This record gives sequence, C-alpha cells and structure tokens, in this order.
Amino acid sequence: MASGEVKVLGTWASQFAMRPRIALNIKSVDYEFIEEKNLLEEKSQLLLQSNPVHKKVPVLFHGDNKPICESLIILQYIDETWSSGPPILPSDPYDRATARFWAAYLDDKWYPAVKSLGIAEGDEAKKTAMAQVEEGVALMEEAFGNCSKGKGFFGGDEIGYLDIAFGSFLGWLRVVEKFNGAKLIDEAKTPGLADWAERLCSHAAVKDVMPDADKLAEFAMIVVAKIRGLGLAAHSL
Amino acid sequence: MAAVKLLGAWVSPYNCRVICALKLKGIAYEYMEEDLLNKSPLLLQYNPVHKKIPVLVHGGRSICESAVILRYIDETWPENPLLPADPYERAVALFWIKFADDTTFPIAMMYLITGEEQKKAAKECSEMLETIEEHGLVEGKKFFGGDEINMVDIAFCSVAHWLGVIEEVTGLKAFEPHKFPKLNSWILNFKSVPVIKESLPDIETMLAFFKGRREMVLASKSS
Repeated sequence: MASGEVKVLGTWASQFAMRPRIALNIKSVDYEFIEEKNLLEEKSQLLLQSNPVHKKVPVLFHGDNKPICESLIILQYIDETWSSGPPILPSDPYDRATARFWAAYLDDKWYPAVKSLGIAEGDEAKKTAMAQVEEGVALMEEAFGNCSKGKGFFGGDEIGYLDIAFGSFLGWLRVVEKFNGAKLIDEAKTPGLADWAERLCSHAAVKDVMPDADKLAEFAMIVVAKIRGLGLAAHSL
Repeated sequence: MAAVKLLGAWVSPYNCRVICALKLKGIAYEYMEEDLLNKSPLLLQYNPVHKKIPVLVHGGRSICESAVILRYIDETWPENPLLPADPYERAVALFWIKFADDTTFPIAMMYLITGEEQKKAAKECSEMLETIEEHGLVEGKKFFGGDEINMVDIAFCSVAHWLGVIEEVTGLKAFEPHKFPKLNSWILNFKSVPVIKESLPDIETMLAFFKGRREMVLASKSS
C-alpha cells in the first residue's frame, strides 16, 4: 500500500470535493486541503497537470502515486487503501451494486437536472427542471427506505458510499429550495430523507466540510450570473 | 448457484460489455432479447428508473447500468479478476471505464444525426479518441489490462467494433489508423481475443441494421 501525505485539491463549495474529505474523516486520515481559487475562470497549473483529461476537482494525491480523479472513484480508492478503518462501501456485492447505481443516477441524471434548474430562465423551463429534481428526490426517499433497512443511514448504522454521494448535494439542495421557494426534502414529503439529512449534517465526519448555506447561496448567485454572462452551458459547472 | 439472466439487445455495445464479462468468467446465463421499440413488462419491472438494457438478473434480483453490472459480476465471481488488485491501478482502470461511459455513448447513436449535428459529434468523437490515444493507452502494452484484457478493454468495445460500422453507414470519419497508432493496435489485439470474437455481434448484421435505421432517419428528415 502506498504511504505518505494525503492531499485533496478542491473548493470549499464543491459538493464533489466534499466527498473525499468526508471519506478521509471517516477513516481518520489526516490530509491537506488545497483550495482551487478560481475554478470557473482560471484553473491552476496544479489542476491542469493533475487532471488533464477533465480539468475538474476533486483530485486526490497520496504519497508518490500519480493523482486520482473522479470523486466516486476516489471514495473507492480511500475505502480500499485504508481498509482497516470503518468501511465505506457495503460488503455484499448486491448492496454495493445498489449503492453504485444510485450514486451514478445522482451524478449522471439528477445533478444535471439540478444545474438546469439553477440556470433556467422563464417559468416553463423552471417548472420542467423542478419536476425532474423532485422526481429524483422521491426516488432517493424510496432508495433510503430500501438501503437503510430501518437504520439511520443509507449505509446502515454508519455513513457509507451513498450517504456521502447524496449528502454532498445537501448544501446545494438547500440553495435550490431557497431560490425557488420550494421544499425538496421535508418532513411531510420525504420524512426518511428529512431525518437523514439532519443526522448526516451533524455527523462528525461531515459537519466541518459541509459549506454554510448562506455563504453557498451568495456564491451561487455569483456563479449563475457568471454562467449566464459567459454564455456557458450548465455542464461546465 | 442462483440462475443468471441477461435482458439485452444484440445491437447494444453496453449489452456486449456484459456478455464479454460473463463469457470471460465462464458464467452460464439465459439471454433474453428485448425489442427496444416495444419494451417488455419484465424490463420495465426490473429497471423502472432507466427502462434500459442491459439488465442482469441474479437470483431474482436485478442489477442495472452496464458499469455497475460489470463490477457486480467481478465481485460475485472473483476468479479471473477483471480489475487490478492494487488500489491505485484500480482507480486508474475505473477512471477509464467512466471515461468510456461518459464519452463513447454517442457512437452507437450517430446514425440518428445529420448535418451540423453530425459534424459536431464527429469532432467530439475525434477528441475522445485523441484523449484515449494520448492518456489512456501505454506504448507496448497489448491491452488496457496489460497482457490480458480487463474491464477497461471491455468497456471500450464500442470503439473497437461499433465505430467502424457507424463510420461506414454515415460516411463520418473520426478514426484513422495512422492518426491513432496505439488505438489501432489495441483494436486489432482486442478483436482477436477468442472470447471477444465470440461476443461481438456479426459485422454484416450490424451494417444491415444500421443502414436500415439510417435510411429511415434520412427519409423522415427529407419528408
């Protein structure tokens, strides 16, 4: 196993960069957080060199290994490398498949809908995007029931892969709720997720890396304005 | 061992990925061909979220999304592992599998588009091939997996086998052997592995299928 210093390249606001930080906290692994200062307009040399294919955060550096990219892949690397710590992925192959399926759904289907909602202009566009976002949350409520099997997290008694994958979106979800005057996760519609969200956000491994909601809302307004101003597509986020 | 079923469509590269993995592991399975224009109640029941093939059913439980299925197969039948054992090498392999997922899906659908849209897709396809050539393939390594194929090689089956067919059907040109020497070697190596040869759909059948579909698209665009 490689040994040596661990560093995470990311931004305070990035839900994807939060994921490896939560995982490293779960494993009680010390790491240095390197902040990318201006992701949208001017990526650092470090980022461009360490993730030449995608030029995105997060990137994990571990000892002499070359950088590792893609947040979900980093989670799996962390789980396998520090295998004596609390497990992140479930042990049963079917449960692992379920966790991976939902994490992929969130990143590939649901999050693009959230981004679309963020930059949508006009009522029709907003309504369509909102419907997709809500549908995803409803699916996750059901998934929570199935995965948690009555326990507190998707991973059971402890935070796992899917808790990290979905939980990392909670900050942005609250911003979306605020900007749209909507309630996506609440006691009435999604009781399981409502309790889970509170539990997750106050968890020791999560609370220090979850961005402050107000700070995030302020940042979101700047980002949306820039995206619209630069004429960029949602997928550049 | 519980029964294994695969709901698939012969023309899909994602389906092919799963067949390659099942055959490499010597896993017996029952194959059920889905008519994608008329999806069966079984498919809708087993994959309510995406309603897509492939779906693997093992002991009555369904696993969806080809990349997830490949990992499930590898973890459930651990002999002949399809991923490196070292966590870093594994992370690199997973990176390329995800890259294949994210960037190669347009290949099989390119018969649907024409004009400007097709030019744009061809450009993106070229960029994708350039990235693989520059960053993904190592000079001297026969396969992504080294001397033996692994999950990454399987994940790129659409580049190895579908791209050529689509290029012939649409007249689009993205791959040129002299421009992509490492990729060219990889394609030849990959397609000469016996299990892969058995798993890839017949080229003539594919050409006929895509030509037929292409004609329908062109007809509907001119009407």
